[in-house]
Amino acid sequence: MSTLANILIDGIAYGMVLFVIAIGLSVTLGLMRFVNLSHGAFAMVGGYCAALLTREAQWSFWVAVPVAILATALLGAVLEVLVLRHLYRRKELDQVLFTIGLSFLLIAGTNALVGPQVQLIPLPSALAGSVDLGFRTLPAQRLLVIGAGLAVAAVAAWTVTRTRFGIWLRAAVDHAGTASALGIPIRTVQCASFAAGAALAGFGGILGAELMPLEPYYALKYLVLVLVVVAVGGMGSITGSLCAAVLLGVIETASKYLASDWGSLFFFLAMAALLAWRPDGLLKR
Amino acid sequence: MTQLLEVRSLDKRFGGLHVTRNVSFSLAEGERLALIGPNGAGKTTLVNQISGVLRPDSGAIHLRGENVTRQHQAGRVRAGLARTFQITTLAPHFPVQRQIELALFERERLTWRAWRGIDSYPALQAEAQELLARFGLRRHAATPTQDLAYGEQRLVEMALALALRPQVLLLDEPMAGVPKGDGARLLAALDALPRELGVLIVEHDMELVFRFATRILVLAEGAVLADGTPEQIRRDPKVRAAYLGN
Amino acid sequence: MNTMTLLRARLQKPDASAPRCAPPSRAPLVALVIGLVACTLLPQHASLLTRVFITALLVLSLDLAVGVAGLATLGHAALFGVGAYAAGIFALKVMPDPLVGLGIGVAAGALLAFASGAFLLRYQGFTFLMLTVAVAQIVLSLAQKARDWTGGDDGLSGFTVRPLLGRFVFDLEGRVAALYALAVLVIALYLLRRLVDSPFGLAVRGIHENRARMAALGTPVYARLLVLYTVAGAVAGAAGALSAQTTAVVGLDSLSFALSAEALVMLILGGAGRLTGALVGATVFTLLHHTAASINPYHWLFVVGILLMLVVLVPPAKAWAWLRSRVGAGS
Repeated sequence: MSTLANILIDGIAYGMVLFVIAIGLSVTLGLMRFVNLSHGAFAMVGGYCAALLTREAQWSFWVAVPVAILATALLGAVLEVLVLRHLYRRKELDQVLFTIGLSFLLIAGTNALVGPQVQLIPLPSALAGSVDLGFRTLPAQRLLVIGAGLAVAAVAAWTVTRTRFGIWLRAAVDHAGTASALGIPIRTVQCASFAAGAALAGFGGILGAELMPLEPYYALKYLVLVLVVVAVGGMGSITGSLCAAVLLGVIETASKYLASDWGSLFFFLAMAALLAWRPDGLLKR
Repeated sequence: MTQLLEVRSLDKRFGGLHVTRNVSFSLAEGERLALIGPNGAGKTTLVNQISGVLRPDSGAIHLRGENVTRQHQAGRVRAGLARTFQITTLAPHFPVQRQIELALFERERLTWRAWRGIDSYPALQAEAQELLARFGLRRHAATPTQDLAYGEQRLVEMALALALRPQVLLLDEPMAGVPKGDGARLLAALDALPRELGVLIVEHDMELVFRFATRILVLAEGAVLADGTPEQIRRDPKVRAAYLGN
Repeated sequence: MNTMTLLRARLQKPDASAPRCAPPSRAPLVALVIGLVACTLLPQHASLLTRVFITALLVLSLDLAVGVAGLATLGHAALFGVGAYAAGIFALKVMPDPLVGLGIGVAAGALLAFASGAFLLRYQGFTFLMLTVAVAQIVLSLAQKARDWTGGDDGLSGFTVRPLLGRFVFDLEGRVAALYALAVLVIALYLLRRLVDSPFGLAVRGIHENRARMAALGTPVYARLLVLYTVAGAVAGAAGALSAQTTAVVGLDSLSFALSAEALVMLILGGAGRLTGALVGATVFTLLHHTAASINPYHWLFVVGILLMLVVLVPPAKAWAWLRSRVGAGS
């Protein structure tokens, strides 16, 4: 019984990490039609910044994390403006090639600057312990991750459906030319969305540092998992990504606990079955 | 005279939208049937169901007596149907002659052959060149289709359909997007269509319709509003009210 | 008639404006000559050349799927890997003859491609791409689990290969291996050139360019793509078998996502769709990797990363054309 509870808690937490990282890629792919395979690198950069700021610069965790997220957002914005926006019109295979090259560059750069060892993010004492919820005691870190994931989902959904920026975004996606003619600042919308996606990926990298260790190859190592979440959840769908991430996270955790010598077989079997059943995404018909 | 094409009680919904309401009509040998109606009447949807791109919810489609309702597009082409698309649908980088040759290879059912090169079928190459000449496209034989003028691309669309030697030809707005002046070659091609062919043409250009059609089918909101000779349609009060205006 | 008129008559093609295909033996002959020259001039690098030829064969098979048929896949390593494992297991448990083993590898690749393709080809685009990843990862997990057959994480080893055709012993320097791999590559290139320029190849290219148009012409789209994907699997399986036979070891990395991604990068680098681009991309990438491998592996990533980004920002074709126009204007 307690194994089941552990699987659920760990699985949902894992799923939340995947969701927070994947949501930016889902937006760029689904809404901007841009294949950005360097997305994993943003998660890596966010994690690395947080690790270095807390360990090397001795900053407080609660300050280092927002700064790391902002730094990642800045990196995303700069990349988008200087380089990536010129690729929006190119063929998909060209985008793949370029962003893989960019990932290689960031991996090599990370190693050159910091070295190949795994980076740990020391948690403040408040998060290192457990929290008594009455019916169960849960590790505080897991609660933070699950809470953060739900918060991100809520904020993202609200932004896209209720704010003017969300309307601008959806209009820009549907028809950039018309949207621009109506006075919507397309360039700003694209850049801001990309930066937000990068920031969230960075946040996810920080949240998941325990489950997905931060080392230079991180940028490409976990990319497949993120792509899977985007595909199963449906490109551009926030709730879809959430459901897909949690479902797949639980399945992967369960298979790690119960059938570890089968590797990721059940994860990918589940993924194939879900995609075959709903090719356009879990929540789209 | 056998009906080349028979459509019986075709019905289709897209969710809440009833796009085809119990449509029935037939097309005989040599007939030129024009399908007209206001925008959104469901003309292209109907053509898509006849050619096999869409499946109707109920009803039947017979091609030369054979029930093709369950068949994919390939089966219907075998049964003698060919169509053109409203939005030009060509292989963009193929030289025009290759695009035509491909249609011929398909017609002759040679596309399972994987050894001899495409240049070693001189009879088919000659037929392709002759077809190009008929449409005045000979000098563009090696031009990629995407580099042709829009009107010439529409001609290639029609040439492809004719290359299949169909008995029934579906033309979905062949003049769509072609400026008034450039349409002469297309009109000439329409006039030169083989006599025995049964042609269903979707069009908005009323001048063309009344000049070309032997019969007119009026579609409005997915249902058949009127079916008759051009004269009957011109005088039909329902049609005037719904479509022709005055 | 004087020589000039004769010459002019010979040079004048019957119909200058009609499209024509290149003869199928041209590219394979060029590849053969270059390969033989390389083998003769650089005998000390025989094992590197073998790796180049085998990688070229893999990327060639990927070009068939991606460049010719338009089926962007990130799971091609599975087809390579099953060929490798099949050939290795066959050499270990049944008989170590290389040509029979090659045939087994081809059959294994073709079988997996047929079985997975029957499912995969019902989907298109991004969904298809992700499903190829799933299939490949499932095959990898199964290979990991079946330790008794595949050796699991330790890999498959301990098998030897009999002399080729009974006479050519696989020497330690690897000269026979290199020529063997080159021969298979050249033959495969010839067969695939014929395939691509045949009516079947034309139909598949038509499906790539405009599926709706092909359906309207009466093409059985699914059937054509399945046959093509099976052929691509057969060629990938051949590459895998060669890899197993020339290195005498098969590891799980032959089924990895990293290999699939690398092959795709090599293909896009060299240019997809004409088969020769695959060879160029594989050669350039493998040679670059080899020269940089002795240095820190991360620095290799730096070089390759910049190269990939440059190639996209300044496409080689455009660069050549610009160069040619400048040189032409100068003279």
